[in-house]
Amino acid sequence: MVTQPQSDGFVVFDHVQKSYDGETLVVKDLNLSIGKGEFLTMLGPSGSGKTTCLMMLAGFETATHGDILLDGRPINTVPPHKRGIGMVFQNYALFPHMTVGENLAFPLEVRGMGKSERETKVKRALDMVKMYDFINRRPAQLSGGQQQRIALARALVFDPSLVLMDEPLGALDKQLREHMQFEIKHLHESLGITVVYVTHDQSEALTMSDRVAVFNDGRIQQLAPPNELYERPDNAFVAQFIGENNKLEGVIEEISGDKAKVRLATGELIAATPVNVTQKGEKTLVSIRPERIEFKPEMMPEGAYMIDAEVLEFIYMGDLFRTRLRVAGHDDFVIKSRNTQGQTMLRPGEKIKIGWAPADARALQP
Amino acid sequence: MSNSDTAPEILRTVDGQPLKEALTRASRSARIRAFLLVLPLLVFVLLTFVVPIGQMLSRSVVDEKFSENMLQLGAWFAENDSLIPDEAAYAALVADLKVASAQRSAGNVGTRINYELPGTRSMFTSAARRADEMAPPFKEAMLAQDPKWARPDLWAAMRSASAAATLNFYQAALDRQIGADGTFEAAPENVQIYVKLFIRTFVLSVVITGLCLLLGFPIAHLLATLPLRYASLLMILVLLPFWTSLLVRTTSWMVLLQGQGVINDLLVWAGIVGDDGRLEMMYNQTGTIIAMTHILLPFMILPLYSVMKTIPPSYARAARSLGATSWTTFRRIYLPQTVSGIGAGGILCFILAVGYYITPALVGGADGTLISNQIAFHMQKSLNWSLAAALAAMLLASVLVLYWAYDRMVGIDNMKLG
Ligand SMILES: Nc1ncnc2c1ncn2[C@@H]1O[C@H](COP(=O)(O)OP(=O)(O)OP(=O)(O)O)[C@@H](O)[C@H]1O
Ligand SMILES: [Mg+2]
Repeated sequence: MVTQPQSDGFVVFDHVQKSYDGETLVVKDLNLSIGKGEFLTMLGPSGSGKTTCLMMLAGFETATHGDILLDGRPINTVPPHKRGIGMVFQNYALFPHMTVGENLAFPLEVRGMGKSERETKVKRALDMVKMYDFINRRPAQLSGGQQQRIALARALVFDPSLVLMDEPLGALDKQLREHMQFEIKHLHESLGITVVYVTHDQSEALTMSDRVAVFNDGRIQQLAPPNELYERPDNAFVAQFIGENNKLEGVIEEISGDKAKVRLATGELIAATPVNVTQKGEKTLVSIRPERIEFKPEMMPEGAYMIDAEVLEFIYMGDLFRTRLRVAGHDDFVIKSRNTQGQTMLRPGEKIKIGWAPADARALQP
Repeated sequence: MSNSDTAPEILRTVDGQPLKEALTRASRSARIRAFLLVLPLLVFVLLTFVVPIGQMLSRSVVDEKFSENMLQLGAWFAENDSLIPDEAAYAALVADLKVASAQRSAGNVGTRINYELPGTRSMFTSAARRADEMAPPFKEAMLAQDPKWARPDLWAAMRSASAAATLNFYQAALDRQIGADGTFEAAPENVQIYVKLFIRTFVLSVVITGLCLLLGFPIAHLLATLPLRYASLLMILVLLPFWTSLLVRTTSWMVLLQGQGVINDLLVWAGIVGDDGRLEMMYNQTGTIIAMTHILLPFMILPLYSVMKTIPPSYARAARSLGATSWTTFRRIYLPQTVSGIGAGGILCFILAVGYYITPALVGGADGTLISNQIAFHMQKSLNWSLAAALAAMLLASVLVLYWAYDRMVGIDNMKLG
């Protein structure tokens, strides 16, 4: 579950709670420790409190309870302009009445930096995002992606050690998004800065982060590196939220160590790995990734229990085939198979048997 | 384009018509329909705005009261350019006065000259009454009637009035009058009023606009940032004055501010001022400034509000996160983005203040009245419509100059009125 905050983290949330109206908690007991140089992503559905956390860290909202520490110092009472945190906003927030160059010089100017030093820093930051040629343009004369880069350069120009980004790529098209993801990641690595990144796009979170904090309902549901998050979700919400996922309800029939047998509602028996279920007779939700399901008898992994399935729909997706099945009374069971040489294309109406390695089926608390 | 460096070819539609013609034909009916839709408005504006104002303004350069009645004298002025009238001139004058007496137009003639030389109207009416009895030599007869008929400035005034078109009213509006030698000179110090009034009007308008800005800016900011529930309440308070009669509002200021008014009573009661030291806040410039600021405040707040509402709070946050103090954020980030609202509100308030009439008339007293009050005086009391038109034209021109300057500096299309 939630990791206890290590006091040696660069950014530490220590039992932080936040309420806007005094009636409901938007952030409920947040404990989070972010290491120096880490790329941490807050991922979660809309309204789960991600922006609120970021705003508390930046100093635009005050925590109702608890401490936020930056480099070991509590910053609850430090005003935003003294925190020295770079920030990239979703709508970029480039000052419309200033040119790109003036926008970048602004944080240096308010720090009382001399003109020549300012110019070199601005040039360096613009070169970093390959936008030096645009120094005299106004933000309105730039495309979305270009504005995004300027916003990034502006957040980095005064050499902050911590940069916050609130859905910075939300307004870009898919291709540009992917390109910018790469650039941000690259900048993070070459500059050695700490990044706290907010998104509700899970693929973005998985590709960019060192660790991902999955938020729901004001709590961190799981804090883990991307591969662990995907392969070993702690609970039904995370399994559901990250990637595509099949779920089957049932009751624990047998449990011993990391092995369990689950009796589905329709009577079939399947093998699974227990995650946070302990008791025989307990209700459970078994989650299986679509690409971990096998339907060719000769490829069936060891220890797999096979169950009946009927093909309902076959979708050709280029690199993948996506097949919808009826399994144990569910019409939304999906399997994915790679479009390799000689791959079988299933036809609707076909009756097949499917199975999976017990390690890939995770029995979670419903 | 691919053929940008070859000679431009005429583009044609599929069936061979030139593209331009086809486009014109296609959009013609739409344009006609659009024109018919605005036609009623166009006629309305023409009839109720352009024509009356043009007609009024034309009075500032044309006055026929003298020229159309004094034809023979006009002919004499046309033939002679000497300043000294001879017997023929007096003969023409008497002949014209006879006609004027018969047509009962001597009063009009006198009024026209009276504009230039106050106190001369009665000379014309009484001379006209006697004109029938006069016999040559007319010069002696007229001088016997009233020796002032020999005054050179009178003859200079009649000469200039003998032409219907004149710039005399503009000269008068600039505090200049016809001198004895027939040319214009500055009027005596004690009758110079218009230039001073123009200056006072502009200074007071600037002060009132500035006060509106100072008071309106925070209110507009509150309106734009408060939660909707409080913002709509505040908006009602801002608009409330619009729903109350102007006279009622002005009169309430009189009740509040006058010598025996509420505020003075409170001050005396609290012992801040003595009973003999009551503040004079009414019937002077202070009264005009206070009452007009109150009346014009919404015109500043509304454009400011409409601009501020479009400024997302993330700009201020971005500036703060970049290290700016709240004051720097306001000065460097927020204020520059409200310039179009300040410009719109400022120009609106200023133009309204420059032409304001009722409030200064009620609360302005002697030194708090503005040029429009003088215009009203000439429209209603002295009936010198031409001078009123000249003053109004100068006011209009100066506002247009300001508008032009604003357009050059800020740009009218940057102006947001809501
Ligand atoms: N200023 C505010 N006043 C009152 N409630 C607020 C305020 N800001 C956010 N909330 C509430 O707090 C909750 C969390 O909001 P938050 O903006 O942190 O969500 P989020 O995770 O960033 O969502 P999204 O992905 O949509 O940006 C929401 O229920 C929202 O309604
Ligand atoms: Mg958010």
